Amino acid sequence: MNEKNLIRAMPWMVTIGLFILWEAVCVITRVETFILPRPSVVFEAMVKFAPQITHHALQTLMTTTAGFALGVVGGGLLGIFIGASRLVYVGLYPVLVGFNSIPKVALVPVLVIWFGIGTVPAIITAFVISFFPIVVNVATGLATIEPELRDVLRSLGATKTEILTKIGLPRAMPYLFASLKIAITLAFVGSVIAETVASNEGIGYLMLSASSSYNVPLVFAGLIVVAAMGVVMYAVAVWFERRMTGWAFRGSDLMS
Amino acid sequence: MQGPAFVKINGVSLTYRQAEEETLAVQDLNIDIQEGEFVAVVGPSGCGKSTLMKLVTGLLNCTGGSITIGGKPVNGPIQGVGMAFQNSTLLPWRTTLDNVMLPLEIVEPHKRRLRREKQAYIAQAMALLKTVGLADFADKFPWQLSGGMQQRANVCRSIIHEPRLLMLDEPFGALDAFTREELWGVMQKLWMERRFTAILITHDLREATYLADRVFVMSKRPGRIILSKEIDIPRPRTLDTTFEPHFGSIVHELREHIHSVRES
Repeated sequence: MNEKNLIRAMPWMVTIGLFILWEAVCVITRVETFILPRPSVVFEAMVKFAPQITHHALQTLMTTTAGFALGVVGGGLLGIFIGASRLVYVGLYPVLVGFNSIPKVALVPVLVIWFGIGTVPAIITAFVISFFPIVVNVATGLATIEPELRDVLRSLGATKTEILTKIGLPRAMPYLFASLKIAITLAFVGSVIAETVASNEGIGYLMLSASSSYNVPLVFAGLIVVAAMGVVMYAVAVWFERRMTGWAFRGSDLMS
Repeated sequence: MQGPAFVKINGVSLTYRQAEEETLAVQDLNIDIQEGEFVAVVGPSGCGKSTLMKLVTGLLNCTGGSITIGGKPVNGPIQGVGMAFQNSTLLPWRTTLDNVMLPLEIVEPHKRRLRREKQAYIAQAMALLKTVGLADFADKFPWQLSGGMQQRANVCRSIIHEPRLLMLDEPFGALDAFTREELWGVMQKLWMERRFTAILITHDLREATYLADRVFVMSKRPGRIILSKEIDIPRPRTLDTTFEPHFGSIVHELREHIHSVRES
């Protein structure tokens, strides 16, 4: 096997290896299924409950992407304002940091009071949890324009808007995409938390109801499905990143 | 001296204020530059050479004296001036050609005409790239170019919009000696073709002597002009010129002055 194929096969081999290790540990230690089910049992549950899992997974995927999309738009815009204006930066930044320090799970009951249980709190939780890294990164990308470059443009007579559109935004793109990779995985955390606390749909709800009936294999099946969706969405974000900001990678093969 | 100066720096000083402390960066600078003249400013490091550049372009406002360009006083960033720094500051998401054409998207009247006369402008930019030997690299990205090539593209970007005034802040400072000397020739050629007014900030005395009509020596902080030296060597100057005794004696004289400044 040449190196290129090896690199391609590596993630699969490691993942499968982990499952084999898990299976082996369970078999050797004879741990009870309701404490830690073997992967084979988990996959069995996955097949058995496939229709339910699919239904709830699609719900979670929908709330996550909706919240994430809101996060990209809202976080991107706020990031531009903060990065472009020192005044907005000093005014808003402490508030943002404070807001981000609130555990999002504490927010869900409030959201339930406002919107009732179901889809809306999950979308909003995914949104608030994913939007902070986007704001910070976009603002950083804009705020770190080289002073010489700014001088060159100012001495050409460029307006603030021109400096923003010609340099600021293209320059902030790699920062934006780097943050999207973090944000998409965080969005899953947000939506699943909200579904666990306040919903009767979604993977979070499925896992909660499974654990209350001691169907532990189904709980683990839910975890694996969330993880798999996270990996897929991350890969989508990487694909977009490569397409939009290939220049930032300067032809390296890393992260492909 | 003939006619009124194009750039007139009249008793200019600048005081930086940081917290309670006041630093005098440059003091009582007087420089008159004719239209189409190439001048160089040399001095020990930290003497306020780059400050002078920011003052002339209006990126900094002087705290004493006045600066006029073409008869108009400089109060804020002046428009349409060309600038090249040691760091080439090319945009990595644009090809060499698009980088060179950036000023055309900002400076009037090119900005207005760019869309309609795109092909003509591209031809113009390509011609300029050809002059500096970059024609084959127009579609490459800056990070695919060598340091010398990046600096050539940087120089092209600074003059594509035909500025009347070009500011060069150690544009060849980060290059190896051979590339640097090669670019002196490129710079001289561009200047002889277009005759813009140029102010070169450098610490390389041979570079100043090769390129400039007049060299100003600045003292250490607070920076003042302590010598104004006409370079009476005919153009075009070549690398051979730099080995002639007359060239050597000018460099030597400049060196002496810098030395005495550093000692004092």
